Amino acid sequence: MDIIVEMLEDLHPEVDFEQCSSLIDDKILDSFDIVSLVTDLSEEFDITISVEELTPENFNSAKSIYEMVQRLID
Amino acid sequence: MLFTTSNFIFFIIILTVLYYLIPKKLQWVLLLIGSLIFYGIAGTSYLIYISLTVVSTYLVTIKIDKIQEIYDANIKENKEKLSREERKAIKAEANGKKRFWLVLALLFNFGILAVLKYSDFVVSNIYKDFGGFGFVLPLGISFYTFQTMGYLIDVYWGKYRAEKNVFKLGLFTSFFPQLIQGPISRFDDLKSTLFAEKDFNWDNFEFGVQRILWGYFKKLVIADRLLIAVNTIIRDPGTYQGAYVLLGMFFYAIQLYADFTGGIDIAIGVGQVLGIKLKENFNRPYFSKSIVEYWRRWHITLGTWFRDYMFFPISVSKPMINLSKYLRKNVNNELGKRVPIYIATLLVWLTTGIWHGAAWNFVVWGLGNGIVILISQELSPLYDKFHNKFDVKDKFYFKVFQIVRTFWLMSFLRTFDCYRDVGTTFKMYYSIFTVRNLNEIFSGGLMKLGLAIEDYILLTAGVVLLLLVSLYQRSGGIRIRLSKKPIFLNYILFFVLFLSIIIFGTYGIGFDQSQFIYSQF
Repeated sequence: MDIIVEMLEDLHPEVDFEQCSSLIDDKILDSFDIVSLVTDLSEEFDITISVEELTPENFNSAKSIYEMVQRLID
Repeated sequence: MLFTTSNFIFFIIILTVLYYLIPKKLQWVLLLIGSLIFYGIAGTSYLIYISLTVVSTYLVTIKIDKIQEIYDANIKENKEKLSREERKAIKAEANGKKRFWLVLALLFNFGILAVLKYSDFVVSNIYKDFGGFGFVLPLGISFYTFQTMGYLIDVYWGKYRAEKNVFKLGLFTSFFPQLIQGPISRFDDLKSTLFAEKDFNWDNFEFGVQRILWGYFKKLVIADRLLIAVNTIIRDPGTYQGAYVLLGMFFYAIQLYADFTGGIDIAIGVGQVLGIKLKENFNRPYFSKSIVEYWRRWHITLGTWFRDYMFFPISVSKPMINLSKYLRKNVNNELGKRVPIYIATLLVWLTTGIWHGAAWNFVVWGLGNGIVILISQELSPLYDKFHNKFDVKDKFYFKVFQIVRTFWLMSFLRTFDCYRDVGTTFKMYYSIFTVRNLNEIFSGGLMKLGLAIEDYILLTAGVVLLLLVSLYQRSGGIRIRLSKKPIFLNYILFFVLFLSIIIFGTYGIGFDQSQFIYSQF
């Protein structure tokens, strides 16, 4: 989880990612951010994130991203 | 039948009356019949092409759905017996079959679009004397093909199940208000109101009619009037250079906005009269502070289509992720992160350009947009530093500067739409810096563009009204606020709007002539 928060903070240092749960709905992460994050996550966790996973529900908070990663590792 | 024909007005009135008189479960059937009549009058051969798209998409989505169903049942039944590897293999096999059908349908439908729209362009670039195949391009084909392929991909991704009724899919594809120039709808979004049974609702009706009137006002009073001056300037690049080019850019910015948003207002308004909610396509784009923001607020449904069905699939595809990993290992982390984004962005913008038209102008326009977006992305750390150092980010004057800068940047890029070829556009850019004729415009030049002083007064009043409405919209829906005012005030206001369309509208011969710009895409 901490690694994911760090990745997010790299993109937007000004946001409190521990708390925020509307990263997509409030347009904090744009499409460029999402792709950067996907490349980071694929590298770090050696997972394949397919395009079907790129939904607001999966990317709205650090926690939901973490859960998606967990699911893909399993 | 175009929105700006008297026939369309009769068509809407008759359709609306019937719509609320017939049994509610037949309402969507009436819309389908109405849509086919609407499209058939525009061109009977169009009906063949759109039917090919509907039927092929229907058959393939049903097939994909079936493959998924069999896979789900197999896994459910044998969950205990199958090993993890076996489950993976079954899944890969099902995905492979689904992908085969997806690719087939994409090739078939984009193939129709490509042959009809682009074959002349491609062949004439190879053989200079080629006269053209002479295909008739069905109106709105780029819009309905994109909308239907979005549906197909959604079913493939398992976002929702395939529609079992081919006629309902037919209505989704051909629904007449959005058929010619959008907005591009998503099936899961539109179906809840498109196929629902609806009672007559006075608020919806009133708001819808107001929106339609506002659309006609923008189109007939502003856009079609400005079109005269814009055409005078761009069709004679030998005469109208220097400051005229800037004036043309400014006029075209307003004309295109009034034309396209006017058409969308009519579409959304007609939808609302029929109790159907269409997506908003604009969010006051000329108040954007950057080009990225502009593209989030202009032609929103096309932008999100490209994002969801092209940008994301390309940028997170296996080859891209592998390339990213390779670059991270062998060059550096940052480049590995950015290359997929950059490749996907340029491909998306190249396609966006080509989507708008089969000509080099649009290719250059599309790539121009992509390159400016990437440059501003690269420079954004520098911008941030500047904003922080001088503490200007929240200052009013700086926001105004950013808005004006974005407006003119977009106007410069948009000039590629206007002139007959890329070379002429560059010549006109050059003339802005070399031909000094600003005085000429204000000492009689304006009057030579086909518009009289009354036209300029009307245009100024119209643009001020557009601006006021835009500013008013910033703090919430304008019509809801208006509806809270006394009712007679509302009626007077809309009666004045109606009268002004009748009196001040720019009508071609027989009120029929001026097409919407986006209906040609």
